[in-house]
Amino acid sequence: MATPTLDKADAAGTPEPGFADSPYITVTLRVRRFNPEVAAEATWQDFQLEMDPKERVLDALHKIKWDVDGSLTFRRSCAHGICGSDAMRINGKNRLACKTLIKDINPEKPITVEPIKGLTVLKDLVVDMEPFFQAYRDVMPFLITKDTNEPTRERLQSAEDRERFDDTTKCILCAACTSSCPVFWNDGQYFGPAAIVNAHRFIFDSRDEAGEQRLEILNDKDGVWRCRTTFNCTDACPRGIEVTKAIQEVKRALITRRL
Amino acid sequence: MSTETTATGIGPVEGSGAHEGSYGVDNPAPFIEPPRKRTKKTPRSTRGNFEMYGWLFMRLSGIVLVVLVLGHLLIQLVLDGGVSKVGFAFVAGRWASPWWQVWDLAMLWLAMLHGANGLRTIINDYAESVKSRLWLKGLLYTATVWTIVLGTLVIFTFDPNIR
Repeated sequence: MATPTLDKADAAGTPEPGFADSPYITVTLRVRRFNPEVAAEATWQDFQLEMDPKERVLDALHKIKWDVDGSLTFRRSCAHGICGSDAMRINGKNRLACKTLIKDINPEKPITVEPIKGLTVLKDLVVDMEPFFQAYRDVMPFLITKDTNEPTRERLQSAEDRERFDDTTKCILCAACTSSCPVFWNDGQYFGPAAIVNAHRFIFDSRDEAGEQRLEILNDKDGVWRCRTTFNCTDACPRGIEVTKAIQEVKRALITRRL
Repeated sequence: MSTETTATGIGPVEGSGAHEGSYGVDNPAPFIEPPRKRTKKTPRSTRGNFEMYGWLFMRLSGIVLVVLVLGHLLIQLVLDGGVSKVGFAFVAGRWASPWWQVWDLAMLWLAMLHGANGLRTIINDYAESVKSRLWLKGLLYTATVWTIVLGTLVIFTFDPNIR
């Protein structure tokens, strides 16, 4: 009971660090640069910036691109964690640059920023997303119904039925999960976690009627059975989707429907 | 707002020799080559339940093997004076009983198929060229079939009176 009071008194006595004079600190951003028109190999480049630790890594990248070196290339659209454009490998972990605060990733040491792995790097932090979206298209990520369900009126669904696939509706297709998967790194033929998550979203939707087709697609030799349950995808997901659990549910659905 | 740049590239990442331990500034994560893209030439893989049965077999044989192998180790190494009792006469005595014949046969087949299927998936995951996959799998299947045939032959044709 006494502890909070003491803390408060202490906090009132000494000004919070950072707010005393200037909130800015010097941050070193170590960016992996690659320009196929200049060199065949990627190199690391250091940038020293004055940043507020409460700013995001994306703000640091903006500062570089707008004020220091306009040739730095990266993707971003909404800059608020919804569009899924700016997934990158920050300090060795797949994250969204727009959701990663500088103070959360130890600004004392240089912060490494790399493109996501397993996809061809086009320039700096931009990768070729085509194999990723090809796998996504392969699982038919759209509602399929029979002719008897004309799209003329609202189709109702119970709250329980909606809850069944709620987790997998959160995917923003940023590729953080797929590009953290060791099976995908080595062999891009694997569908990857993101495609399976988006198949899961329709397989377990009570209104959808092509679940069997989607399961057949994922029963492929490059489908769900290549998952090694390493949980990299669940750790990487910036939306907190339980990706590995979704993959396991698809496996279970395949086994129970086939046997 | 300082915008000074130290454009000191620290050189290529590859071949730094450091790849163990946690990744950081001085030990960056290794570069991974881009994967094969799906093109029109990529063969459409056959649809079938083989991979599903393979996955199920690994789980089920694993459970059975826990009982078989731990029981085997207990009998061979712990009970009745431990490993010193194991000799030709001990094996001959055990294989006189159909129970232990079936036990050893099940252990041989399940362990070999479980291990072979595990190595098959590792080869699929890590061998990149078609040629190395073919060679590694050929070697694996040959060794598996050879061991299973030889072991089965010994269990069924074992002669305790051999001189």
